[in-house]
Amino acid sequence: MAVLEVEHISKRFGRTEVLRDISLSLEKGKTLSIIGSSGSGKTTLLRCLNFLETPDTGVIRVNGETLLEMPDAKNKRQRESELRRKRLHFGLVFQSFNLFPQYTALGNVILAEELLAKDTEEWKQDKAAVRKRIEEHARGLLVQMGLEDRMKNYPHQLSGGQCQRVAIARALALGPDILCFDEPTSALDPELTGEVLRVIRDLADQNTTMIIVTHEMAFARDVADQVIFMDEGCICEQGDPKEVFCNPKEERTRRFLSRFMEE
Amino acid sequence: MTFAEQLPIVLRSLNTGFLQTLRLFFVTLLGAIPLGLLISLGTMSRLKALKGFLKIVVWIVRGSPLMIQLLIIFYFPGLVWKNNIWGSGESGRFLAASVAFIINYACYFSEIFRGGIQSIPAGQEEAGLVLGMTRTQIFFRVKLLQMVKSVLPPISNEIITLVKDTSLARIIALQEIIWAGQAFMKSSEGISGAIWPLFFTGIYYLAANGILTLLFSRLEKKLSFFRA
Ligand SMILES: Nc1ncnc2c1ncn2[C@@H]1O[C@H](COP(=O)(O)OP(=O)(O)OP(=O)(O)O)[C@@H](O)[C@H]1O
Ligand SMILES: [Mg+2]
Repeated sequence: MAVLEVEHISKRFGRTEVLRDISLSLEKGKTLSIIGSSGSGKTTLLRCLNFLETPDTGVIRVNGETLLEMPDAKNKRQRESELRRKRLHFGLVFQSFNLFPQYTALGNVILAEELLAKDTEEWKQDKAAVRKRIEEHARGLLVQMGLEDRMKNYPHQLSGGQCQRVAIARALALGPDILCFDEPTSALDPELTGEVLRVIRDLADQNTTMIIVTHEMAFARDVADQVIFMDEGCICEQGDPKEVFCNPKEERTRRFLSRFMEE
Repeated sequence: MTFAEQLPIVLRSLNTGFLQTLRLFFVTLLGAIPLGLLISLGTMSRLKALKGFLKIVVWIVRGSPLMIQLLIIFYFPGLVWKNNIWGSGESGRFLAASVAFIINYACYFSEIFRGGIQSIPAGQEEAGLVLGMTRTQIFFRVKLLQMVKSVLPPISNEIITLVKDTSLARIIALQEIIWAGQAFMKSSEGISGAIWPLFFTGIYYLAANGILTLLFSRLEKKLSFFRA
């Protein structure tokens, strides 16, 4: 069964139509990569999924539950607590990391989980135990990211690649159903992209459900189970990566790919 | 009277005046920092009416001399409403001066705070939202410390100005240190025509600002463990 179903999403900013009738679905444990030229609406799509933007029309369903249905007067004024609960189905890793500078690597991973735990009964009964469990969990994630000796460092003491891996651990901490990446390596020096792509590849091997917007074509081709090529706010072509990359049906896809292959 | 005889008299009087200066200083800080933060949040609010109202208030308060504000706040209730709400004597003058200073400095602080909050990249808020944090949590756990760090230099400037600005309160005869020093120019406690007590007041200001400067550089060091 599909974890994520997106139907007929459209979004305009003023007069520009940024997303036009986007529909897609994603199976549990699969990786979807989204490619497309600058300005084609990839970031906006991820922001809609994470409720940072509200689409003008469309439906978003996760595990069969309708999280968003637009246009819908009822949804327009969602209570903040509702919205937060829905957001937690998704995680988002930003191009520019957006780590919290005044927290250590470990602190960044712990913060949100601890704040969420504060509303639980368990927290009232035994704070120390909950804290300990959350910290252990966070440490485990940082180890998984290869950062066991960087936990006490602040973001400004870390390289870009290390920052992005902390950001991935932070997004994983809340156990999202679908983890989204918006060009996770675009802000990195070329020699640092490898370490970040490697941990994402590991996540794919462990069947993490992911949506990855990327300009790393080889990575998209090798890691993804499904690829979408976006152009001017539309899904221009989608399917199996081997098919789309080696044998694109659309002229626009072909042109886009050949531009990338030249580089 | 010899200088040696005059000195203790003058110092006692200056100390009393300086105590009043310090009281006005601390009361203003304690009132103006939280009020300034509230005003800055108000000027960024989605409520258009509130935002507009506060912007006008800030414009008036920052655009006119503090001295006029002091005079108006002190005399207006008594002269226009025939009701001196401040009470009589030194305590009444102190109350009126405190209100005027708090409002004035809150408006200056609010603009600095607003700059500080708006300089925080939108990605910080978005990262918090995506992690299921509430806007309140994001403000207190993520943005506040970053804001404090970025506003520390301009705020310390304002606070050093505040130390000196407290002397304006003598326009409503608040008995702060300059008022005390100036009294010896005319005649007070058997000393008259002496200008040197006024020079001494300068030393008090220098000392106070020296201590503040040290405090602020310490605070800046404390916050240097992270970089925004
Ligand atoms: N908040 C906004 N207000 C107005 N226009 C916007 C806004 N956000 C994005 N846009 C416009 O929407 C279009 C799509 O932007 P988007 O960032 O989604 O593209 P993208 O595919 O992520 O591009 P890139 O590869 O450069 O990151 C662009 O033309 C952009 O200018
Ligand atoms: Mg983008």
